[in-house]
Amino acid sequence: MTIKEVEQQIVEEFSIFTDWMDKYEYLIELGKSLPIIKEGEKLEGNLIKGCQSRVWLNAEFKDGLIYFTADSDAIITKGIISLLVRVFSERTPAEIINADLNFIKEIGLQENLSPTRANGLLSMIKQIKIYAMAYSA
Amino acid sequence: MNKIADINQIRSFFPALEQSVNSKTLVYLDNGATAQKPKQVIDLVNMMNSGINGNIHRAVHELSSKTTELYEDSREAIRQFINAAQKEEIIFTSGTTASINLVAASYGGKYLRKGDSVLVSEAEHHSNIVPWQLICESKEANLRVLPVDENGNWRMDMLDNLLDSSVKIVSVSHVSNVLGLINPVEELIFKAHAKGIPVLIDGAQSIVHIETDVRKLDCDFYVFSGHKLYGPTGTGVLYGKREILDSMPPWMGGGDMVETVTFEKTTYAPLPLKFEAGTPNFIGAAAMLEAIRFVESIDKKFLENTERSIVEYMTEELLKIEGLRLYGAGENRISLFSFTVNGAHPSDLAMIMDKMGVALRSGQMCAEPLMRRYGVESMLRASFAAYNTIDEAEYLITSLKRAIKMLS
Repeated sequence: MTIKEVEQQIVEEFSIFTDWMDKYEYLIELGKSLPIIKEGEKLEGNLIKGCQSRVWLNAEFKDGLIYFTADSDAIITKGIISLLVRVFSERTPAEIINADLNFIKEIGLQENLSPTRANGLLSMIKQIKIYAMAYSA
Repeated sequence: MNKIADINQIRSFFPALEQSVNSKTLVYLDNGATAQKPKQVIDLVNMMNSGINGNIHRAVHELSSKTTELYEDSREAIRQFINAAQKEEIIFTSGTTASINLVAASYGGKYLRKGDSVLVSEAEHHSNIVPWQLICESKEANLRVLPVDENGNWRMDMLDNLLDSSVKIVSVSHVSNVLGLINPVEELIFKAHAKGIPVLIDGAQSIVHIETDVRKLDCDFYVFSGHKLYGPTGTGVLYGKREILDSMPPWMGGGDMVETVTFEKTTYAPLPLKFEAGTPNFIGAAAMLEAIRFVESIDKKFLENTERSIVEYMTEELLKIEGLRLYGAGENRISLFSFTVNGAHPSDLAMIMDKMGVALRSGQMCAEPLMRRYGVESMLRASFAAYNTIDEAEYLITSLKRAIKMLS
């Protein structure tokens, strides 16, 4: 599946929710099932600090693909992160660089990516792109 | 004139309270961050933007005169509001942060020497920490900290030792924006003055809830923001005793603060203009007059009683919630509550409650050292103002319980 196809799948999954509460409950579920980043990988270097919540992002480059694992101490953030990992992990750097994030808007969660410096999510997305650029060199 | 003692009448002044957010009636409980504005303030700002707008103190034309009059009337109203002795002691600034930066740079710049100290408390907002760090660094002076105990009270038992001859100024908040407790500023000022040390009181939170008399407090400086006191954004006040302000060098240069200018030497205007460089937010400052008038139009006993019932209700209900810790334990407080709940991240709670129409603050409250002291990464805060009701407090508690359940 291409990145676009995964994003489309996510948009479809969310289209059944009309109520914010259902969306958040789903995100909370996703968050709870996201594999926890190994304690050893929760290093200072992987920490993306925001003042709303902490986000950890780990990247590994293997056979031309980038593998991401991530975690957050806030569960709704973790739910959103699980979506991002689903979209961006096991992809080539080129795929990631060329991907857009419209699907976040389409599922109605763009407010979670607002540029208040408090938000670790926006920094995490930037970091994903930076990893992609670094590994494409 | 009869003072207002009706909550619905008070609320009727605030257009912002009529809005819905996320299809729910807004329950705005982030007043510690900023307050909503009454019509009187909004109308004056609009009126000035629509016509009474001429740069202040500069021209002789009608618009300039009228604007200047409103600006200076506002200054006088603030003087009366905090019972300062002279209007020369009221400096308009862009807010509490700017006021503190002014004192740190100007007073600190002049009087701090290598090895001197500045004393702040462990519960200060970054705006009352960083300006002092900046000046201490450039002067090779030290920042000293008065700790708080588990309940959030100042360690007054440690004060005498901390106040040694190296301390050149003490800067503390009357009420912490996290803990909500009313600090024993009178006692601290008394002890500091006994050793000849001046005191700056950060009144950003307290000005909204506590009747303030700067002469009774005898503080040397008092600072607050207009936007938390139902006034426009980008406004604030620095009060300083005449003698101290007179002794301080200017901070920002240019504009109103000059007397004569040559390339060889420039002389400065007397107070208050010495510290009001450049074109200020004169429309905002003038509109503070209406904010002050609004506050003064409310019956004081009514305000006190409403606040007390909210404090009693909230404290009781919050402490009933399992796994909830309230920071700042004590009855001598304003209606501001910061807490954490086991197993529920503050930002998750805030996001869910936002969908229920409740506006709260989550995060580090611009007080990282205090977060660290309590070993937490972030907290959730509800802060009330004159237009909030007990019904809103009840709705807050119900939604909080629901949000906690969703996350468990």
